[in-house]
Amino acid sequence: MSIALTTQLICFSILSLVIIVGALGVILLDSIVYSAFLLGGVFMSVAGLYLLLNASFVAAAQVLVYVGAVNVLIIFAIMLVNKKEDLKPIDNLKSRRIISTSICLTLLSLLVRVDSTDVWNLASPSTSIGEDSTIRIGEHLFSDYLLPFEVASILLLMAMIGAIVLARRDVMNQDISTGLPVDQELIEKAREPLLVKKK
Amino acid sequence: MNLESIPLQAFLIVSSLLFCIGIWGLLNSRNAVRVLMSIELMLNAVNINLMAFSSYIDNNLIQGQVFTIFVITVAAAEAAVGLAILLSLYRNRVTVDMESFNLLKW
Repeated sequence: MSIALTTQLICFSILSLVIIVGALGVILLDSIVYSAFLLGGVFMSVAGLYLLLNASFVAAAQVLVYVGAVNVLIIFAIMLVNKKEDLKPIDNLKSRRIISTSICLTLLSLLVRVDSTDVWNLASPSTSIGEDSTIRIGEHLFSDYLLPFEVASILLLMAMIGAIVLARRDVMNQDISTGLPVDQELIEKAREPLLVKKK
Repeated sequence: MNLESIPLQAFLIVSSLLFCIGIWGLLNSRNAVRVLMSIELMLNAVNINLMAFSSYIDNNLIQGQVFTIFVITVAAAEAAVGLAILLSLYRNRVTVDMESFNLLKW
């Protein structure tokens, strides 16, 4: 990294502050739309941290996949399901909050305790490949990580087909190829809620 | 490590904080979309950890960056399938309240 240490420290402080405050906003704000946009800010700041760590390719992938795909998908889902609804109050909310907060704080203290130890033998910065990391990632993906790379493509295909099948709304009444009526028992009926009536 | 860079511990503490915020949101959110957002936060915390270790300990082979790319791939697939499940739940239950999804509760 050719940037001076002071600049790195300032960038790191600003980015971590944005990450932590943004993440708190994501889980604490009332409006789910604000949460979604803050989540985009958190993803961008994480990409900035990757740039500080000399990983330009992963930072670009983070911006493209998380901000460009996942965040847009979440905003679309909010637009589809956003309905003002009065949540039923749950009776033991306070004890639940106390238990979950204490679990999180305990985990956090344990993690910080482990983080602050100094047992890792750090590599010397002279062996760093620095800006050539994209070339090295390409070599990895086509030599020793070839099988996971190909399996990831199959996983993406399966996720795409699964998402289409799960979220499909229109139901075809007859088979396109044969013209016979489709067995409607097996297909989810879009207009009828299946579980609400059963009371 | 010389003093010419940010300590590794700083990255680890940021990622621990992000992970715990994600767990808190996962346990306390009532909106199903917010639960998915908390999962994304936790995955990002893990990614920061992998990237920091890859840069400070394995800065020649950078296998951590390859792992991060695979985690990003799986996270994208998870978000797509999770939101599709959420849409089909919403179509059946007409709510996104996590407390009303109790079909498998004993």
